[in-house]
Order: sequence, then structure tokens, then C-alpha cells
Amino acid sequence: MRVVLAEDLFLLRDGLVRLLEAHDFEIAAAVESGPELARALAEREPDVAVVDVRLPPTHTDEGLQCALEARRRRPGLPVLVLSQHVEQLYARELLADGSGGVGYLLKDRVFDAEQFVDAVRRVAAGGTAMDPQVIQQLLARRSGGDRPLARLTPRELEVLELMAQGRTNAAIAGRLVVTERAIAKHTANIFAKLGLEVSDDDNRRVLAVLAYLDRGR
Amino acid sequence: MARAAVRGLALTLVSLPGSVLCFVLTLVSVALIPIGVGIVTTPYVLRGVRTFANWRRVLAAEWGGVRIPPSYRPLPADANPWARTFGMLRDPATWRDLRWLPVDMTAGFVTALLPFALVVYPLEGLALAIGLWRVMPDGYWYGFVPVHGQASALGAGVLALGLLLVAHLFAVRLLHGHFLLTRAVLGARRGELSERVRVLTETRRDAVDTSAAELRRIERDLHDGAQARLVAMGMDLGTVEALIEKDPAQARELLTRTRQSSAEALTELRELVRGIHPPVLAERGLGDAVRALALRLPVTTEVSVELPGRAEAPVESAAYFAVSEVLTNAVKHSGADRIWVDLHHAGDHLRVSVTDNGRGGAVTGAGSGLAGVERRLGTFDGVLAVSSPAGGPTMVTMEIPCALS
Repeated sequence: MRVVLAEDLFLLRDGLVRLLEAHDFEIAAAVESGPELARALAEREPDVAVVDVRLPPTHTDEGLQCALEARRRRPGLPVLVLSQHVEQLYARELLADGSGGVGYLLKDRVFDAEQFVDAVRRVAAGGTAMDPQVIQQLLARRSGGDRPLARLTPRELEVLELMAQGRTNAAIAGRLVVTERAIAKHTANIFAKLGLEVSDDDNRRVLAVLAYLDRGR
Repeated sequence: MARAAVRGLALTLVSLPGSVLCFVLTLVSVALIPIGVGIVTTPYVLRGVRTFANWRRVLAAEWGGVRIPPSYRPLPADANPWARTFGMLRDPATWRDLRWLPVDMTAGFVTALLPFALVVYPLEGLALAIGLWRVMPDGYWYGFVPVHGQASALGAGVLALGLLLVAHLFAVRLLHGHFLLTRAVLGARRGELSERVRVLTETRRDAVDTSAAELRRIERDLHDGAQARLVAMGMDLGTVEALIEKDPAQARELLTRTRQSSAEALTELRELVRGIHPPVLAERGLGDAVRALALRLPVTTEVSVELPGRAEAPVESAAYFAVSEVLTNAVKHSGADRIWVDLHHAGDHLRVSVTDNGRGGAVTGAGSGLAGVERRLGTFDGVLAVSSPAGGPTMVTMEIPCALS
């Protein structure tokens, strides 16, 4: 699997290259600035891009803009965005085209190599990887006056949270130490309570949940 | 009283001819500038005007205790006549002098003449009462009293005494009034300036205080937080090094703990950074930073932004934290279930309004969060207005002068 990597801090870039190579990824390009990233995305045709939000030369949201632009030109291009902070605002922009293949994680998540590599693979396969913090913000914001959410059991809320992060039923089952069947039952309940259409496609399911959570009250 | 009369007379004798002379000479000299002669004469004439005005300043201070500090701009000693002329004409103090001259030859003249007249005119009345009436033509009017004989002359005397009493009461004050009038027209607008200085002193002190308090808070947070965690992590790693051969299981446990510590340190640092300068603000500017902030609130908040560019970083930061504080207040105290934030730039001002549909009753008094916001905006000459009738809605408006880039 070919990866384009953009990160301006040498230590982190070097670490990510080694981490990804150790997990059988091929580094198509590892760049350190916005213009270089734009060129690499256009020329190298990667399977997935791992991009830091803030890049030189402006040190603003160059990386994010590059990623969004590349996805406009090649819809569905898998992009995993890394940042020192997560904002619902950015998550919304990444998810706006509704085509999946999007990840948005705190840089801290690379501490757990297994989880991080899993997230990269998921995004490359067209799935979603949202940082737990983004989901918590969404849930916290809606917990106030949202009746359907209030009807969920604590377990269902837990499942909802993990599902919104983009995890598959199998992964959620593993995490909560229950069977996949139990998770399937929970998800069915959640979708019924929130009034969402049930879908067999994991990915579409995640996007539906995220859209529900992000909807204005 | 008598001294006031004498001084009034002196001022009268000087102010009218002096002012007229200065005024006419200046007009002529300035009018001659196009043909070149004025370039040479104007500096001399204006210097004459300044001397005259300075002399009156001295009199105001010595006779009336009214200080009118001169505020002429210094001119370079070696300037050529051209630079000298236009340098002087550009000085607002010069124009103040020229405005003062017509005032001085009219209102100034009258206010100087009055104390003198009030003292001298009664003397004539008294003289009439004593016998002067005999040599005056019949029906001579003293004030409103026609003098026909001794009786009416005595009436004139009574009027004179009354006037003398008025002079006794008011002559000094009238002269003082003359000097106050001079100061009002001739003095630099000191009131405004000293008010400005007061405001600047105050806001500067506030700014220094706030930033010192901020630095102390950051120092404490780093010291008790990230720094302490790094020390603990270093220690744990040392232990891991020692244990790795002897007891790999325990070493692994310690490594897990260390990784957790580093994640917690990062979380703390992230919060700290958000408090110093929110990353979205640096990345996207004020509009998106407020949008991101609104998304974090538990109350539905609509944000509309109309900013064609970015303000300077300090202004952005001040505006952001002001909005943040006002929003926090609204969420905590108003009981509102909807908030509207409007950001736009008009007439060299950044205008921000935060409106909620809560119960109202917000005040800016001491101790409230809004007072802090007001202080912080003050550093940028920004102002804050609150409209919050009981029962709501509350609308907080902020305005900061700034240019966008």
C-alpha cells in the first residue's frame, strides 16, 4: 500500500516512516511542506495520504487545505489528517463530501502503533477514523436536549461512540469484550431509536451516525 | 477690586489693538505667500503672534492664576524660510492662535473692559451726587436715572453704590472669566489630552497586570503539569532500564505507565496552548475560531462572519477571548437555549455582537466577567456595551478599532 506522508517535524516524520514501513506500507513520498504535498498527491497517486494539518510555509492549515483540494480533484482519495488539536469544524469539512475514506486523529494516537496502523488501513479502504475526542465533543454538545440520544442505554451510548469513531462491529466487540452478535443487536437498537436507516455497509453506517451527531438541533 | 479694574483696563488697551494688528498682519502675510513675499514675512509675523499670545499666557498665569501651557511644535534651527513657513502653518497651535485673535478682540475685549467699567462708572455717579450734577446739562442720564436736581442726583448716587457693590462682588471674577476664555480658545485641548493620558495609563497598567497574571498561571501550570510528568517519566524510564534484564514483566508494565503519562502530559499541554492562543485562531483567523468555539458550546449557537481579511494577531486574540468570555457567561447565567454571534468589520472597526434569548439582567459592574472583558478590550481602545433588560434578551456589543489585512 502506497502512502504519501506530510509532516514538517523531522523526528515525527522519521518515526512515522519507520512505523509505516514496519507494517508493510510503501512510502511513496515523505514531504515537509504544503506545495510539496500538493505535488506528491498529484504525481504519486497514493493509496492513502497521511497529512499534518499545519505545514510550512504559512504554518496555518496548509495540510488540511491540500488534502481537501486533492479530494476535490480525486473524490474519495483516502486522507488521514493528523493534528495537535482536533476541531469539530475541521471534521465537518473533511466529512462534507460524504464519500468516506477520511480520518482525523490527534497526533498522540500514533503512540499506539497497532491502533494507528489499523486506522490508516481503515481509511485506505474507504472507511472512517474519527478521533475519540471529536466524537466526545459531538456527544457532549448534543447530550443537552436531544431526546433520541437520551433514550439510549449507557451500553448503547458506548457502542455509538465507538461506531462513530469508525470502528467495525468486530472491533467494537473486541473492545467491549462481547460477541459480534451482541453488538449487531445494539446497533440495530441504536438506529431504531435515532430513527436512522439501517445499512449493512459498515462505512455508510458510520457516516450516517456522524451526520446525525453533527446535525444542528 | 481696584486692581482688577486696573488690570482690566491694561488688558483692554492692549488686547484690542494687539489682536487686530496681529490678525491683519497674519492675513496679509499669508495672502502674500503665492507671490513669494509671504514666505519670508510669515515666520516673523507668526513669531510675533506667538510672542503676543505668550505674553497673554504669562498675564493669565500671574493675574488670574490660569495656566495656559504653550504647545508649539519645535522648528529646526537651520530650516529655510519655506520649511519654516509651512512648518509653522502645519502646527495646529498656530491655527489655535489665529482662531483666538478674533475672539480676543471681541469677547476678550468686552470681558476685560467690564471689570474696569464696573469700577469707574460708579465713581461718576458718586461725583454727580456730590455736586457734579450742577455742571451737567439738565436731564443727563446716569444709567437709567435722569438727573434733574439734587434728589435725582442722589438717586444716581444710590445706583452707583449698587454698581460698586456689584463690582466688588464680580470684578475679580469677570477678569478671571476673561482668562478662562483665553484658555478655552488658546489652550491646547488639555482636558481631552489629559483624559487620554489617564485612559492610556490605566489600560497599560491593566494590560501589564493581565499579562503578568497570565504568565504566572502558565508557569504554574507547566511546573505542576507537564514538567512534573516529564520528571516522573524520566525516572520510570531509568527504572525500566535497570529492570529490563531482571524483570521484563515489570519493565513492560512501567513502560505502559510511561506512555500513559506522556499522553496525559500532551493533553495538559494542549489545554494550556488553547488558553494561550487557540490553534484554530492561528490557523484560520477569528471567524473560524469563533465558529469552532461555538461548536464546543452546549447551547445552539449561530455564527455569522463578514470579515474580508484578518486583523492583527493581538486584536484577533483579544476579540477571541472577549467573545469566549461573553459566550461562557451566556451559557452559565442566561438560561438561553439559543445564541447568535455576529462578527463584521465596518468603518475601521471590528464589531462583534453576542445575543442570547435568555433571562437578561447581565451587568458590567465590578467582579463580573464582563468587566474583565471591558478591561482587556480597553488595551486596544475597544469598547463594550451591554443591553440586558430583565426578562431578556441580552445583547453584548463590542467594538475594536482595527484595520484588516
